[in-house]
Amino acid sequence: MDVTTDDPKAAEGQHLLQVEDLHVEFRTQYGTVNAVNGISYSLDERETLAILGESGSGKSVSAQAIMGIIDSPPGFITKGALRFRGTDLLGLDESERRSYRGQKIAMIFQDALTALNPVYSVGFQIGEMFRVHRGASRSEAKKKAIELMDRVRIPAAKERVGEYPHQFSGGMRQRVMIAMALSLDPDILIADEPTTALDVTVQAQIMELLSELQGETGMGLILITHDLAVVADVADRVAVMYAGKIVETGSVFEVYENAAHPYTEGLMSSIPRIDQKGRELNPIRGAPPSLMRIPPGCPFHPRCPYARDVCRVDLPPLYEVSASRRSACHFFEEVLANVEGGLTGGR
Amino acid sequence: MADEGNGRPAPERDVILKVENLVKHFPLTQGIVFKKHVGAVKAVEGVSFDLYRGETLGLVGESGCGKSTVAKLLLRLEEATSGSAIYDGKDIFKLPRKELRALRRNIQIVFQDPYASLNPRMTVGDIVAEPWEIHQGRMGKAERRSRVQDLLARVGLDPDHVNRYPHQFSGGQRQRIGIARALALNPDIIICDEPVSALDVSVQAQVVNLLNALQSDFNLSYIFIAHDLAVVRHISDRVAVMYLGKIMEVGNQDQIYDRPTHPYTQALLSAVPVPDPAVRGERKRMVLTGDVPSPANPPSGCVFRTRCWKAQEKCAEEVPALENRGFDHPSACHFAEIERVVPV
Amino acid sequence: MTEDDRTKPQATSTDMTGIDGDSPLPGGPPTDAPEVGEAAEEEVREEEQIQFGAEAGLQTGGTTGQITAATGGDVPLHQASLWGDAWKQLRKKPLFIIAALFLVLFTVMSVAPGLFTSQDPRFCNLSFSVDRPSGSHWFGYDIQGCDYFTRVVYGTRVSLLIGLLVVGFDVVIAIILGSIAGYYGGFLDALVGRFADIWFAIPTTLGGIVFLNLLGQRGLWQVSLVLVVLAWPTLMRLMRASVVSGKEADYVMAARALGAGDWRILRLHILPNGIAPVIVYATITVGIIISAEAALSFLGVGLQLPAISWGLMISDAQSRILTSPHLLFFPAIFLSTLVLSFILLGDALRDALDPRLR
Repeated sequence: MDVTTDDPKAAEGQHLLQVEDLHVEFRTQYGTVNAVNGISYSLDERETLAILGESGSGKSVSAQAIMGIIDSPPGFITKGALRFRGTDLLGLDESERRSYRGQKIAMIFQDALTALNPVYSVGFQIGEMFRVHRGASRSEAKKKAIELMDRVRIPAAKERVGEYPHQFSGGMRQRVMIAMALSLDPDILIADEPTTALDVTVQAQIMELLSELQGETGMGLILITHDLAVVADVADRVAVMYAGKIVETGSVFEVYENAAHPYTEGLMSSIPRIDQKGRELNPIRGAPPSLMRIPPGCPFHPRCPYARDVCRVDLPPLYEVSASRRSACHFFEEVLANVEGGLTGGR
Repeated sequence: MADEGNGRPAPERDVILKVENLVKHFPLTQGIVFKKHVGAVKAVEGVSFDLYRGETLGLVGESGCGKSTVAKLLLRLEEATSGSAIYDGKDIFKLPRKELRALRRNIQIVFQDPYASLNPRMTVGDIVAEPWEIHQGRMGKAERRSRVQDLLARVGLDPDHVNRYPHQFSGGQRQRIGIARALALNPDIIICDEPVSALDVSVQAQVVNLLNALQSDFNLSYIFIAHDLAVVRHISDRVAVMYLGKIMEVGNQDQIYDRPTHPYTQALLSAVPVPDPAVRGERKRMVLTGDVPSPANPPSGCVFRTRCWKAQEKCAEEVPALENRGFDHPSACHFAEIERVVPV
Repeated sequence: MTEDDRTKPQATSTDMTGIDGDSPLPGGPPTDAPEVGEAAEEEVREEEQIQFGAEAGLQTGGTTGQITAATGGDVPLHQASLWGDAWKQLRKKPLFIIAALFLVLFTVMSVAPGLFTSQDPRFCNLSFSVDRPSGSHWFGYDIQGCDYFTRVVYGTRVSLLIGLLVVGFDVVIAIILGSIAGYYGGFLDALVGRFADIWFAIPTTLGGIVFLNLLGQRGLWQVSLVLVVLAWPTLMRLMRASVVSGKEADYVMAARALGAGDWRILRLHILPNGIAPVIVYATITVGIIISAEAALSFLGVGLQLPAISWGLMISDAQSRILTSPHLLFFPAIFLSTLVLSFILLGDALRDALDPRLR
């Protein structure tokens, strides 16, 4: 479970972002939703960390916790620490916290149309960041907005700066969102399913833009997604989430070559691939659990082909698989021995 | 499951549905009381294809290409502007009301959103039995309950759950209920409109496998509409690629995925990420510039020319027909040539 | 029919008896799938049995036998139907409970006023005229010397009756016209919409004065009729909007694809899912109608003496407001409480029925 103690960088607060044992719950009238149950990870500069999970795995909630945008109530961060260059964000008061939002950590969302205000021009919305945080004048802000629109490769930025969100296509709106997120040069960009709502050709453009921008600015990128193929394409490291926990983490090459957790393995054998025909799909049986009633022991045990009695009782810690790799499975060695679970070179 | 032919399946296989020159224009109007036509959105513009008995035809394309409109037209949920679709010797667009009801039994649909496609006020039993309520005489009242339970079991649900409501099921299970409803009248054709795109990754495969199994059991033909090219490759025998209301290229899955000849097909395939970090950076990407033009005002000649790297003057003047251009399958490009974009 | 003959035997091969003459795979039933003795394609069988397995596993380990717990990946889970959920939520709302208790009280009062007072509201003794409230006569006497408490109690019936009658009629009109306009659209929609606009443009009080003056006779039925005519457009528009959004739902498409007729689609698929906002607003409208009746009676164009109504009592009391304030106070407080109860009830219903407000 504890990936921090043996991490020399963490002790000196040198990671760009260090998430430690984060717990988030939502108290609803139907009961408590345990959305995030003790996750830890770190992010460095120039690094792309993918948080991979299905709906209800808690992946988006963990990002909202980092941004500090969880509605409370019903949401509560009950435990953990979020260290940005060593400073625990959870210990800050609201006004100090606000100075991190947007300036140090920025976020883009899946649905760019609802995230933009329909009654203001895109130029105004991009420029607003400069007026609010940097005290820029209207004309300065507009100039900055055009600059940023150029940077995210919106063609004819000068002419389009006065247009409204509905006049942009889905891909262009996502670029506007990225421009707004990048306006104050954040150190971390969190992208929550940034391409899920987009067509595949546009999706490729946006992912390419993000990695180019990361190369220019050196920011750390947290990519939250359910799409294994997108992760394979861009991520350095991947953390797989299930039922509010990280079940496996490691470099994307290691994890994709041979999964060390049955859930990761199951995901990989259940997706159809564009470069393979007619391969039998082996779906994971059943459905993900409700976050209100997470099974005892290992949360994955009801769906797991490796499950034994111990899995129904003992919650597996994050075992060390290799120096850079962890798996929350009692039988990770057995899972590793099953080489069919990988995607690399599986064609 | 794969269809081993060169472009066309073997000639003895019978065509169950023949669609020719299908056109749908949605009129654009202004004014509330006195409506004035100011143009038309050309959602579907001359689509032709054959569907063979027992096969799966994949219909792929990006949003707004008209693929879902084709589905609605074939079910007559929308009225076609022109064209024909011959099923069982009759044009379904010209059927009188009474015969249309009979047709409904034979062509069914499975929707994308399992949360929106089931009436939340009805029990699962009522939902699955509704087809028999509508087509009285098809199934005696006494048998219905046990037949509903058979169907539920067949799609992988607990038959004892007939009295539950849709919200008591997960997304994947709801999609199974939708499939059971579509099966109730023993249709010949099921149109699957993005049936797995709203589902979680680990559940998608369950539904894809179920559809595959049902196809052989019930001798079904599927028209499988999707934007996910990987899923379509997995399930389809043949694939038609649509762009701005037209079919750009059609062929069996090897022809489309391994030997695409149309630049749009190539761009589309090259954009799909492969879940293998080892091929990162090695693949050729054909990045399309600009946006899809408005279907209210499509480009002259070839509709893809505004975003095509091969476009020449001829493309603006002459509409390229979907025809054989010296390769093993038809393509609607004046300058069609094979380029492999999916890694082997 | 030949098609059916062809497909039917294949379909029946999936039944529970395990007869699988047409099954493509020869393998017998699996030993580890006892719940479903179905012999079908192997992977489907496996996956389904596993679904049950997952469910069972969760149920034994979980805290409750609720099926939703096991099957759903959704958060938060909804365990009952919309109305069931609403009721669960309503029970916990003090304002709803207070409003409901008042409405029960007023209903009993209007059905059986004798339970609350043994006096006859029309038995009056002029010698007690405008006496102040006292221990034996809590509300005092009116100008005729009748027991005021008795009269206020008896006045409940008229107010409640008019409110419910008017709204009941309006809901029926709204459902019929709103469904037609929303479902068929086009010319019918424009016709109904413009017709509603005409009535909507008339202010209730002004319209009431004009029409009731035209009618001459002003009993319970006449006042109700005028209010029905003036109040329907808003409810109709709500119904129409509900139908318009409801008919785009996928399950309506599915029913149409099955060949369901318009009547069936409206009755089974659109109305049950779209009626909630209409019911909420109708509840609030009952309160509005009750106060409109009082206003019309107060203005002298509503009910006429000797009818017993709060509006009339307030009207009578206005000239003596300084000398006998109790004459105004008691009917006014009853009126306000009844109107407020309906509005609170409508409010609570809206919160409970709108999942987005949860």
